[in-house]
Amino acid sequence: MSTHKNLNLTLKVWRQKDQKAKGNMETYQVSDISTDSSFLEMMDILNEQLINEGKEPVAFDHDCREGICGTCSLYINGEAHGPGREITTCQLHMREFNDGDTIYIEPWRANAFPVIKDLMVDRTAFDRIMAAGGFISVNTSGNTVDANAIPIEKANADKAMDAATCIGCGACVATCKNSSAMLFVSAKVSQFALLPQGQVESAERAQNMVKVMDEEGFGNCSNTGACEVECPKGISLENIARLNREYLSGSVKK
Amino acid sequence: MATLDSRIPEGPIADKWTNHKNNIKLVNPANKRSIDVIVVGTGLAGGSAAATLAELGYNVKAFCYQDSPRRAHSIAAQGGINAAKNYQGDGDSTYRLFYDTVKGGDYRSREANVYRLAEVSTNIIDQCVAQGVPFARDYGGLLDNRSFGGVQVSRTFYAKGQTGQQLLLGCYSAMSRQIGKGKLKMYNRHEMLDLVIVDGKARGIIARNLVTGEIERHSAHAVVVGSGGYGNVFFLSTNAMGSNTSAAWKIHQRGAYFANPCFTQIHPTCIPQHGEQQSKLTLMSESLRNDGRIWVPAKKEDAEAVRAGKLKPTDIAEEDRDYYLERRYPSFGNLTPRDVASRAAKERCDAGFGVGTNETGEAVYLDFESAIMRYGQEDANVKGVHNPSQEQIRQLGEKVIETKYGNLFQMYEKITADNPYKTPMKIYPAVHYTMGGVWCDYNLMTTIPGCYAIGEANFSDHGANRLGASALMQGLADGYFVLPYTIGDYLADDIRTGAIPTDTPEFDEAEKAVQERIEFFINNKGSKSVDHFHKRLGKVMWNKVGMARNEKGLNEAIEEIRQIREEFWKEVKVPGVADGINPELEKAGRVADFLELGELFARDALEREESCGGHFREEHQSDEGEAVRDDKKFTFVSAWEYKGEPSDAILHKEPLVYDNIELKTRSYK
Repeated sequence: MSTHKNLNLTLKVWRQKDQKAKGNMETYQVSDISTDSSFLEMMDILNEQLINEGKEPVAFDHDCREGICGTCSLYINGEAHGPGREITTCQLHMREFNDGDTIYIEPWRANAFPVIKDLMVDRTAFDRIMAAGGFISVNTSGNTVDANAIPIEKANADKAMDAATCIGCGACVATCKNSSAMLFVSAKVSQFALLPQGQVESAERAQNMVKVMDEEGFGNCSNTGACEVECPKGISLENIARLNREYLSGSVKK
Repeated sequence: MATLDSRIPEGPIADKWTNHKNNIKLVNPANKRSIDVIVVGTGLAGGSAAATLAELGYNVKAFCYQDSPRRAHSIAAQGGINAAKNYQGDGDSTYRLFYDTVKGGDYRSREANVYRLAEVSTNIIDQCVAQGVPFARDYGGLLDNRSFGGVQVSRTFYAKGQTGQQLLLGCYSAMSRQIGKGKLKMYNRHEMLDLVIVDGKARGIIARNLVTGEIERHSAHAVVVGSGGYGNVFFLSTNAMGSNTSAAWKIHQRGAYFANPCFTQIHPTCIPQHGEQQSKLTLMSESLRNDGRIWVPAKKEDAEAVRAGKLKPTDIAEEDRDYYLERRYPSFGNLTPRDVASRAAKERCDAGFGVGTNETGEAVYLDFESAIMRYGQEDANVKGVHNPSQEQIRQLGEKVIETKYGNLFQMYEKITADNPYKTPMKIYPAVHYTMGGVWCDYNLMTTIPGCYAIGEANFSDHGANRLGASALMQGLADGYFVLPYTIGDYLADDIRTGAIPTDTPEFDEAEKAVQERIEFFINNKGSKSVDHFHKRLGKVMWNKVGMARNEKGLNEAIEEIRQIREEFWKEVKVPGVADGINPELEKAGRVADFLELGELFARDALEREESCGGHFREEHQSDEGEAVRDDKKFTFVSAWEYKGEPSDAILHKEPLVYDNIELKTRSYK
C-alpha cells in the first residue's frame, strides 16, 4: 500500500475504435493522483487530460461507483477488477498502488463479450440467459398469498440471499480460462432453487438457462475456481454444484 | 395552456382508490394486443411498469441508457422498503404509514396519492416474496423488520444492506420473463432525446442508440417516464454517474409542468468528500442510525485537535462528546428525519465542531461502540457465556453488527481505509434524492395527455422531505399497482387508433431538432470539457441552493447559473464522433438540461418564502434554528410551465387540501 500522498503513474490502456476495428495498447502518463481517489476517478483525470490535449477520451463502462450496479469491469494488471478481493473496479482505490507504477488496463476478454469500444464490452448475452429462465413465473398482480404464509428456514433464506447478491458484472467469465458463465447462471438458479416459491420450476429453469448459456458461446466449467476468487460479491462455487444437480434432475425428468 | 386538474376521486380517503379502480375504463385483453406503450427508464418504477404492462398484454418497448435494465440506480438503495404489514404488532396501520409520510413530507404532498401509496404497500411485500426476493428472516422463518427515521414503528423490510438491489433484480426477473415471451422489447444503451406529440397527445419518442449513434423514431399510444431524479444537478451526489434529468426535462419542454424543483433531499449519512478529484459520493444507509450514535466533540479544542490529526475519537471521554441529535430531539434521537438530521450536522460543523480530516473539515461521527457492547452482552447471555471479558463481549457484538450491516461496513472500509468496527465512521450530508419532479395527476398522467411520470421522476408522494425506505415503496407501487390500472382509463379510447406512424411531420420536426443539437456539440470548437461546466454548476448549487438558502444567495445563484449556461453553449468541447459510442456527447446533452433545471430550481427556492422539509430558507427559522412553514401562503404545489428561458417559466399553483390530517408544526423533540 502506498505511503505517498500523490502518485505519478504510467498507464497502458487498450484502445479500440469499435467492435470491428483492431485494437492496440496506448501509453499515457498521469501525475499528482491522490491516493484517496478511486481507480475510476483516476480514469476521469486521464480523460480530462486527453480532452484538453484534443484527443478522444478512453471509453469505459461505469455507473453507480459504489460496487453494486455491476457496470464497471476492467482487467487491471492481469486481474478482473484489479488487485484486492471482493471489490469491483469502482471500489478500488489508488492507495493500493505505488508512485511510479505502470498499470495495465484491458477490457474483459471472452468470445461472448465482444469489445464495442476501448474498454467497453457487450454483456447482453447475460440478459438473454436471464430471459430464458431467470425468474419465477408469477404475475405482478399483487394477488398472491401473504408474505408470511410460507415460512422459509433462515439458513436457506440466507443462502438464497448470498447467491442473489450477484451483480452480473461478468468478472467470472472474464477470469475463467474457458470463459464459462457457470458461476453467473448457478447464482440465479441457486437463489430460486433454495426458496419454496422457486422450487416448482427449478429443474426446467436450469435446463433452459444452460441451453442459452451454451448457445451464447460461453465455455464449460473445469473446476479451477478462479471465478470464485475474482467474484466481487464472493459468490461460492457451491452454487455450481447446485446448478449441476438441478440440471441433472431436469435431464432425468425429460 | 394545460389545466392543472389533480383528478382526485370523490369520497372518503380510504375508499378513493377502490372506487376509482371500479369506475375507470378498462381495455379488454384482445384490444391490449393492438396498443403500444413506451417506458423510459428501468429502475423500480419503470421496470415494474414495463413488466406489468407486458403481462397485461400491451406491447411494451422499454428504454434504458445502461447496458442492461438490471443496472438502473434503484439498485444502490440500501436500507429497506416500508410497508404497513404490522407484522411486529407495534400499532402500524395504513393510516399510520399515510400519516407518517405526510408529516415526514412536512405537509407538502398530496393526501390522496399518499394514502393510496400506504394502501398498496402491503401488496408489494407479498408480490416480492412471490417473485423470490430474499428478504431478511428470523429463525422462525418469518420476515424481519427494522426501524427507519421519522417513525416510531418497525415497518421496514430489508435484504441486508442491499434491498434496492434485490427488489430491482426481482423487477428485472419479471421483465426478463416478458422479454423471453416477446411481449417486452428492451432497448439497452438507448437514450430518449425528445418526446413526440401528435394532435396534443404523447405518441412517441426520439432516441439515440448509444452504440451506433443512430437516431431512432419509436411510436406508441402512451409514453411513461420513469427516469429517476435530478440530484446530479449538484455534480456530486449519491446518484449514479449516468443519472440524469433529460427524459423528464424533455417532456417538460414539450409541455409537462415541473413541480417543486427546490424540494431536494440532502441525506445525512454519506461518506465525506475526500477532495477536488472526487467524482461521486457514497451513501451509508440510514438503517445504520438504528444502532449508530451521532456525535461531535463537545469542546472546540478537541474538534480542532481531531482535525489536525492529534487526537483520536476513541480518546475523547464520554462526557466530552455531544450526541447532538439525542440532545436536541430526545423522543426521536438518532432517528430524526433526514432533513432535520442533515441540518443539525451542518449546524455543528458551521459552529466549528466538525471532525473532518479531509480538505473541507466537515464531518461528524457515527459511532457503533455502544451497540457493539450492547449486542455483545445480549449474545453472551443467549449463548450462556458466564462472566465474559470486555474483549469477549466486543467480539460477539462485532459479529452481530456484521450480520446486520456487514456489506456497509466493508464498503466504508474500502473507501476510507478506516475500520468502522474499531473507530467511529465519519459522515456528512450529501445530495441523495429529489422529491420534486414532473407534475402528475392522481392517474400519474402529466399535463400532456398520454404522457405519464412515475417513481422519483414525479413529485406527488413525498412532499418536501422523503422518509427513509419510502422511495422503493413508491417506485414499485407506481409501477406494479397504480399505473397499470390508471393507464387503461386513457388507452381505452385508443382501441381503434391502430399503430402510430412515424413518418409524420411531428416525428420529422423532433428528429431534426435532436440531430441539430448533436451536430452542434460535435462541431463546436470550444475550449472546456463538459465536466468543467458541470462541476461549476454543482458548486453554485451546493453553496447557494443547498442545505440552507437565502434570498441573496438564490439571486446570485440564478445569475451565476445563467452565465455558466451562456458560456457552456459557446465554449463546450465535445471530442469524438456522433455515429458511435461517445460518452462525452451523452454528458453534454445531460448537462445542457441540468443547466436549465438548476436555474428553475433556484427560482422555485426563491419564490417559496418559507422553510419546509428539505427546503430551508434562513429567513424562516425559529429561535432554535428549526424550520418555520407558512401554511397560509404556501400550502400548494408549485408547477412550472416551460416557456424557453427558465426566467420566463410560468408558475401555476395546485392548492393542497388536507381533509384527513391536521396541519401541525412538525416536531421530533
